[in-house]
Amino acid sequence: MFSIPKKDAITFLLFALVVLTMPIWLSPFGASYPGLLQKFAIYALLAVGYNILFGLTGYLSFGHAAFLGVGSYAAVWSFKLLSMNPILALACAMIFSGIFALAIGYVSLRRSGIYFSILTLAFAQMSYKLAYSVLSPITHGENGLQLTLQDPRTIDLMFMERGVSLPTSSLFGIPMNGYEGFYFCAVILLIGFFIAQKIASSPFGMMLKGIKSNEDRMNYTGFNTKPYMLTAFVISGMYAGIAGGLLAVTDPLAGAERMQWTASGELVLMTILGGVGTLVGPVIGAWIIKYFENIFSAWNESILHNFFAFLPDNIEGFVVLISSKFVGEGWHLTLGSMFVLVVVFLPGGIMEGVRRISSWFLRRKDPTKDQEVVDPENMPKPSSEKGE
Amino acid sequence: MVESSHNTVLHVADVHKTFGGLHALADVDLAFEEGTTHAIIGPNGAGKSTLLNVIVGKLPPTRGTVVLDGEVLTGKSPYEINQMGIARVFQTPEIFPELSVFDNVMAPAFAKRDGAFSMNLFKSIESEKDIAREAEEIIVDFGLDAMIHTHAGALSRGHKRRLELAMCLIQKPRILLLDEPTAGMSRHDTNTTIELLKKIKSSGMTKVIIEHDMHVVFSLADEVSVLAQGRIIAEGTPDEVRGDPKVQEAYLGGTYE
Repeated sequence: MFSIPKKDAITFLLFALVVLTMPIWLSPFGASYPGLLQKFAIYALLAVGYNILFGLTGYLSFGHAAFLGVGSYAAVWSFKLLSMNPILALACAMIFSGIFALAIGYVSLRRSGIYFSILTLAFAQMSYKLAYSVLSPITHGENGLQLTLQDPRTIDLMFMERGVSLPTSSLFGIPMNGYEGFYFCAVILLIGFFIAQKIASSPFGMMLKGIKSNEDRMNYTGFNTKPYMLTAFVISGMYAGIAGGLLAVTDPLAGAERMQWTASGELVLMTILGGVGTLVGPVIGAWIIKYFENIFSAWNESILHNFFAFLPDNIEGFVVLISSKFVGEGWHLTLGSMFVLVVVFLPGGIMEGVRRISSWFLRRKDPTKDQEVVDPENMPKPSSEKGE
Repeated sequence: MVESSHNTVLHVADVHKTFGGLHALADVDLAFEEGTTHAIIGPNGAGKSTLLNVIVGKLPPTRGTVVLDGEVLTGKSPYEINQMGIARVFQTPEIFPELSVFDNVMAPAFAKRDGAFSMNLFKSIESEKDIAREAEEIIVDFGLDAMIHTHAGALSRGHKRRLELAMCLIQKPRILLLDEPTAGMSRHDTNTTIELLKKIKSSGMTKVIIEHDMHVVFSLADEVSVLAQGRIIAEGTPDEVRGDPKVQEAYLGGTYE
């Protein structure tokens, strides 16, 4: 069950290395502080899960933010009612978002294409509005769901006295804010990534790709495609729920704005920017968008003046004037132009760019060797070769 | 009216299909005998493809039933009908263009072994040695081994057709439906396909072929039914049908040389 093909194992190890050393290599970019690192890990997990649905089956859900929100609420309620243990909170988040995804998916998957997208969007917006109105006893409406000193926390209080200040989430004494929180999120991300790899290389994953490629052929080939898609939908909903749970673990409050359609849209952007259907692409997309949102948006004119200080004064003034429109509050402009460029020139996202560049390098290095490098891939796998 | 005899495997019983006011199929009654190759010919718009669509569950008949071995197929979904042993080759190849040739052939093998749905989430495809071997064999048989890891969408039309046939045959269906398997092919490719189909004829599979090319029909079919304007106007061996003046008038446009 834990064996994966060699190529996937290498990808996984590299990915783990990159994720776990993030506090080091992100510091030159000014992004190496726990709050943002946690977000990087959490939104990467969200994108990995979303890709199981959108990337593999091609069904574009516009409502995954709803599962993120449900996960957050479930986690905070688990803190309030049971314990500050993050594992328990994530289990609750997973179960509730899974149930939610099952219900929404069951109805939405009656339709395909644009109608499916609209249905998921409608459900998500409905959840968002309900969180502010009818469901406010559960969601605490606009104030958001927060911890209070009077929370029952039944399991925790069996073992300890009620403290005088608000508790924070902790895993057997390790606090879940700060770098420890990041590493907790990172480990969950790696587990999620591993599972996504397993799914993508399983017969189940092959069927999902078959649905994306030619759903009619799947039917005439003897596959009942509905349960395949529903399973994919529920799994990716659970990923979103766990991501929502992690948001609550690192910062124990939940608000309905997490469920708004813009959050779903952002997720679609992440996936397309990075590369639909690739495992690593959506993660890169998530990191870029979160980096822009948190760092780029904080740039101001004085930073730009420093940056362009080497230019003559009058040119510097002009360059700063132009470029200042693209940073700070204008970061959406940069992101938008980047998105347009990627979609127009690299329909496969950033991963397609990476692939093109690497194949170009391989060819330049040695045109004959390229043939040999590719060939073992192209040959039928000898049956003696074992996946490690 | 055809009596369904004891070795009839598929029986299309009094099937009627209308689209609005158009009678695409009118009281079509056909019995397909086990192990034979049964050709259905007829001019364009005669209802040949509609007939196949009714058999595979794509279209519900307005009236009448389709029976496979005593089990009624009418009302079942395409995937259930496939699971019961009916595979279909389409007029324009229906394959998985984004998947490799290898995966294209493996997927139907999984459907055959694991059924319409199976939660094999954590099994690696590479551990499925039996299915991989089976797929490799059939790919070699069909002369597609040079492109086994190519995306199927990049294949030529003739190769796509061959691939689709391989996808159907790996399931070892009881009944294989072929919708103009040689349409748009060169003479050479047509002959290769005829040879391929002759080879699988010996395996005892029942085949239903819709075909325009009389050369193909007369080299393969044991039994021919002629469909014109939704009705069966003649049935019999290729020679009987060839000699039938009604057929010559409706379809062959005079005499067939």
